[in-house]
Amino acid sequence: MKEIDEIRADFPILSRKVYGKPLVYFDNGATTQKPNCVLDAVDEVYKSYNGNIHRGVHFLSDMSSEAYENAREKVRSFINADKREEVVFTSGTTGSINGIAFSFGERYIKAGDEIILSRLEHHANIVPWQMMCERRGAVLLVIPINDNGEVMLDEYYKLLSSRTRLVSVTQASNALGTVLPLKEIITAAHSINVPVLIDGAQGIQHGIVDLKEMDCDFYVFSGHKIYGPAGIGVLYGKEKWLSEMPPFQGGGDMVDKVTFEKTTYNELPFKFEAGTMNYPAAIGLASALDYVSSIGRENIATREKELLIYATGRLSTIKGLIIYGNSEKKISTISFHIKDIHQYDTGMILDKMGIAVRTGTHCAQPVMDRFGIDGTVRASLCFYNTKDEIDTLADGIEKVKSMFA
Amino acid sequence: MTIKEVQDNIIEEFSLFDDWMDKYNLLIDLGKDLPVIDPKYKVKDFLIEGCQSKVWLHPVYDGKLISFTADSDAIITRGIVALLIKVMTNRSPDEIIATDLYFIDKIGLRQNLSPTRSNGLLSMVRQMKLYAMAFNAKNK
Ligand SMILES: Cc1ncc(COP(=O)(O)O)c(C=O)c1O
Repeated sequence: MKEIDEIRADFPILSRKVYGKPLVYFDNGATTQKPNCVLDAVDEVYKSYNGNIHRGVHFLSDMSSEAYENAREKVRSFINADKREEVVFTSGTTGSINGIAFSFGERYIKAGDEIILSRLEHHANIVPWQMMCERRGAVLLVIPINDNGEVMLDEYYKLLSSRTRLVSVTQASNALGTVLPLKEIITAAHSINVPVLIDGAQGIQHGIVDLKEMDCDFYVFSGHKIYGPAGIGVLYGKEKWLSEMPPFQGGGDMVDKVTFEKTTYNELPFKFEAGTMNYPAAIGLASALDYVSSIGRENIATREKELLIYATGRLSTIKGLIIYGNSEKKISTISFHIKDIHQYDTGMILDKMGIAVRTGTHCAQPVMDRFGIDGTVRASLCFYNTKDEIDTLADGIEKVKSMFA
Repeated sequence: MTIKEVQDNIIEEFSLFDDWMDKYNLLIDLGKDLPVIDPKYKVKDFLIEGCQSKVWLHPVYDGKLISFTADSDAIITRGIVALLIKVMTNRSPDEIIATDLYFIDKIGLRQNLSPTRSNGLLSMVRQMKLYAMAFNAKNK
């Protein structure tokens, strides 16, 4: 694996200062920083071959379209999907889940049907289902979590029934870091022919995702959380579902024939890509995936595990600090609270020391409610972070404690 | 002191510090002087929406002047509220409505609070002005 200094040099923002202090970026769960190759790839689109995709007969349009379709193929191979037709670009995880919730709901859901989510979901994997359930008269069921922040599989098995139409769960909790037992969840659902959606927003950047092995029916993620640009996301769906589901947006490019009497839709994946897509971001995402592959996904997983263990050990020694989410299987995200100090105060002071963390409910209020808290401080690390930075955080927390004592 | 004088004093007090940490220490100290709200008003009716931390604000109008008590669950926020109250308390409704709060910008609080946080600050100011308008309306 590349040396850490070399890796950090790939990310120009990591060498900047904030308030005169070296930046310690521990908000990778919210969004990741971008390596030069991604910045260059996007720059290159606009500088040398920008043209709207799938539209023109001219040189630039052809070149953009080709780069965009290559990006799709890159995503397909990165997640090991069967066919490129199964890879739809969207605006992000939120866009993908809203799209699926709408289309799946239109096609398959009727009154009394049930959708199963977990208590660990991000609001992006709750609200679209609530909207759909309201429209279709369906019901949401929630898999509870235990004190370690793990989903309770035995409770999950009890929720599955002949009324279940879909299970939609996250690969890893953005609020606590817990990695979910996807194999068990998917196998149980499939045993009664229920499809499963996996929200990969906090999963794909932390290790290998092999959809042939995972065998989920839908998989979604955001480009900006895997070192790619903002404004691009992926909706993977097995062809058997996508071909039956209606589009969730209408417009240009997604149609086959349009008359005022009736419109027939384009083939997959274009049926789901109405209007001008964010093709420069898709091309940037492809470059990000190449970058991740060049570092090596197993290397990333190993390094992040090391960082997680070190950070957990270091923070655990701080008196009055409680870590929420103590599963054996976690991504490199640590959510914590310091006794008698509001997370907002902690975050504000850490910020002034150059340390970027997230504070609050992390768009996962049901998780906070489960623990009876109104928020946490979250340090979400990734492979470009260092043990020195973790020490800086630990020192920062001690400083916070002394200021608010 | 006029509203302007109080604001100028605050600006001067903060200008003594270059370092952000010192400014925050000052805010923390100021928070300790906050005229704290009676616990019975720490209820939803007096909770200000739009802040990352919770802020309760309670106005009392004696027919001439409005005074405020408040509290927050976060200490830095309590400091910010204390500053606002220093400027705005024991003023007539008309004064409060007309106030231009330039000190927030001058001490660098606005730039250094993210939009959601600074919205919190703005919500507090807005709420103070809304109370003033309500009391004025009652008067007329
Ligand atoms: C688990 C999870 N799902 C969904 C989302 C939403 O992602 P986006 O805002 O990129 O659509 C996030 C982002 O924080 C997340 O962590």
